[in-house]
Amino acid sequence: MSTLLDVDDLRVTFPTRTGLIEAVRGVSFTLGRERLGIVGESGSGKSQTGRAIMGLTPPQARISANKLAFDGIDLLAASPRERRKLRGKRIAMILQDPKYSLDPVMSIGRQIVETLRTHEKVGKAEARDRAMAMLEAVQIRDPARVFDLHPHEVSGGMGQRAMIAMMLIAGPEMMIADEPTSALDVTVQLDVLGILDRLVSERGMGLIFISHDLRLVSSFCDRVIVMYAGKVVEQLKASELGRAQHPYTRGLLNCMPKIGADRHPLPVLDRKPEWAA
Amino acid sequence: MTAAIAVDRLEVIFDRFRALKGVSLDVQPGESFGLVGESGSGKSTLLRAIAGLAPVASGSIAVNGKTLGARRDKAFYREVQMVFQDPYGSLHPRQTVDRLLQEPLAIHGFADGEKRIQRALDEVGLGNGFRFRYSHQLSGGQRQRVAIARALILEPSILLLDEPTSALDASVQAEVLNLLEEVRKRRKLTFLMVSHDLAIITHMCERLMVMQSGEAVENLAAADLVERRVTKDYTRNLLLASDGFVRTA
Repeated sequence: MSTLLDVDDLRVTFPTRTGLIEAVRGVSFTLGRERLGIVGESGSGKSQTGRAIMGLTPPQARISANKLAFDGIDLLAASPRERRKLRGKRIAMILQDPKYSLDPVMSIGRQIVETLRTHEKVGKAEARDRAMAMLEAVQIRDPARVFDLHPHEVSGGMGQRAMIAMMLIAGPEMMIADEPTSALDVTVQLDVLGILDRLVSERGMGLIFISHDLRLVSSFCDRVIVMYAGKVVEQLKASELGRAQHPYTRGLLNCMPKIGADRHPLPVLDRKPEWAA
Repeated sequence: MTAAIAVDRLEVIFDRFRALKGVSLDVQPGESFGLVGESGSGKSTLLRAIAGLAPVASGSIAVNGKTLGARRDKAFYREVQMVFQDPYGSLHPRQTVDRLLQEPLAIHGFADGEKRIQRALDEVGLGNGFRFRYSHQLSGGQRQRVAIARALILEPSILLLDEPTSALDASVQAEVLNLLEEVRKRRKLTFLMVSHDLAIITHMCERLMVMQSGEAVENLAAADLVERRVTKDYTRNLLLASDGFVRTA
């Protein structure tokens, strides 16, 4: 399997009034054309890992790594211009809430066309046709109508599909999805995941799926990385989640209420300081 | 036995939008009752209508046998308290925990505020060290504990819970759910709890109602749900969805 992304000892540090905060502390992994899940609770550094790869870390933060390479391109040495060319074209990112991450004053169709025409030389009519086709590919039933709607006129599930369409239109090789379904209803969640799954496997993309929901990730991804306090505590195959070794992973799996399991009180996570060491 | 909460053919209309279309509900004293549904199904509106926070167009709500009018009196709020979804939005940002907890006591004219605040904080597992902190100095789970303390401080008999853990991490969620169960047992409270998560509702509640677009779809016992004895397709879909993603090859 060819390696798409190679991350070795990635660190993201934020300067604050009380000193330096290390949000990501030495994360290493590789990604091929597969679905990789990154799971952790708030503050575990999972989103900052995704953002560092995408190049969306705030300017005051410092990033260091032994290696951060996408398809042989050293991302840390790349100029802003080169990174801009990668972003959207070869690496795409889906964000959590379509309500906040779509442009509210631009119609959905225009936003998709904008992405396409930024990265490829295509005429207006062709761009429109391709945007329509993409909207159809994410199972929007009436693409011609949705094309002219603004983000506030569509539901959350529809908005998230539009965002997926926008991200896929330039044909990226790698996609980072940061909690793509957390803002959606459970039933809509599965539709969106189904679309994402189909498109990723059809196009042979690499996918990084960032989420706090261990069970959802394990049912969707091939491999799972569990993060705690900025570090990777465990890496395992999704199918072998039941055999997780680290007490944090086991505790996280255990503390969720399950239908049919009569456990009162629920087991709680007993955090050990050595996990963060 | 009179029901703790009896809702009869309740209609809530916002401008021209019918958010609730004739929903009826009975919750017995000491019972824990769950409302499940997707966003827009009206489950939160039902809760807010009981608390007096939504425009009721017709139908009636009775609490402990007393039918409620358009305006709630003080006695009502001593019986019924609410915990909201977002612990970041439901605490005053410029008041300390102490000040937050004093507010309901002052409104209802309690004299032994000092003792009650200490007891309420102990009860939710926060202790006195948190008393003079501001909400921005607390984590999400701690804030939700403060919100629960504020609801409990008047010693109500009914607690309305609107997605009390959906903004929290899984491990913190377990702690807050355990706390809620514990206070319910100790004080023999009646819970009416809203959640979109079937697993949480079956864990916390004995009976539940499934809602969809402002109507009640199905009334179930939690045990029926566990055995998957459901009659409506909508409920079955919700159950399937809560199992996680299944790849269709």
